Amino acid sequence: MAHVSAAWITIGALAVATAVIKAAGPVALGGRPLPPRVTAVVVLLAPAILAALVVTETFASGRSLAIDERAAGLIAAAAAIWLRASLPVVVIVAAAAAAGARAIA
Amino acid sequence: MSVVTAERPATIRDGIRAGLPFGAAAVLLGLSFGVVARPVMGPEAAIVMSAFVFAGAAQFGSTAVLAAGGGAAAAIIAGILLNARFLAMGVAYAPSLFGGPLRRALEGQAVVDASWALANRGGGRFDRNLLLGATLAQYPAWQLGTVLGVLFGNAIGDPRDLGLNAIFPAFFLALLVDEARTPRARAVALGGAAIALALVPVAPAGLPIIAACLAAVVGAWWRT
Repeated sequence: MAHVSAAWITIGALAVATAVIKAAGPVALGGRPLPPRVTAVVVLLAPAILAALVVTETFASGRSLAIDERAAGLIAAAAAIWLRASLPVVVIVAAAAAAGARAIA
Repeated sequence: MSVVTAERPATIRDGIRAGLPFGAAAVLLGLSFGVVARPVMGPEAAIVMSAFVFAGAAQFGSTAVLAAGGGAAAAIIAGILLNARFLAMGVAYAPSLFGGPLRRALEGQAVVDASWALANRGGGRFDRNLLLGATLAQYPAWQLGTVLGVLFGNAIGDPRDLGLNAIFPAFFLALLVDEARTPRARAVALGGAAIALALVPVAPAGLPIIAACLAAVVGAWWRT
């Protein structure tokens, strides 16, 4: 717990910054339709951002890439999704697979 | 995830119902955050962070920086970069919001990944009630999970032994599969993943996710 005051500074700053980030778009652009060219990008933001989150949360280990138990979890999650499992089941299957892979490794 | 049919407009209650599975996942995610964060920042700070930051990736990312001995400035930058995607999501969501700037600013706070994806109606339209309701289902779940993780962290030990570090990727994959329904969206997803992976070794955490938005720009302009 050597970082307690740094943690509180981080929490305060991130609480404010996150609120500002989330408010910026709605305050600046609320209620008005976006130009069609912008809308065309916006509809594709979800797959781009979510795919980036999937691979970084699975393979990033600090500044390097690693294949570890999270990859086993992701494969199991993919299988569960393919079998149309509900989201809580998907994440539990992923956790079980990752825990198993870690125990074996 | 078309929980509500087009016959009647969605209510906030519909959103809460649709958000319950995400809430169940959020308990587990929050639990893993509580376990990871408590030894780094102490129990109170972990709980306060979940209450006031309420953004999983940024909370994990900035906590990892603190745990590695990085200072507050580095932790804050990591958290901001990991949350910068909400800027793009807010721009996308903005046309679906009405009322004055203050009200829009407040409603914008409800944007989290799962709710935003769930409320996405396609064509740049978002269902405000679905988004609000889904977040109302996830917020208390995230707090509950964090408190449980803080309380039982010692008994849980290393969260990786329970596979808790695999929950986040699985959560995002489930959201992604639901969004990548057209060939163009799937191509953009592959492009975004490739950009992010390529940048991980050379850019601070969070930046690869922002850069992946380039795939959406290219995908939008690509003629088929």
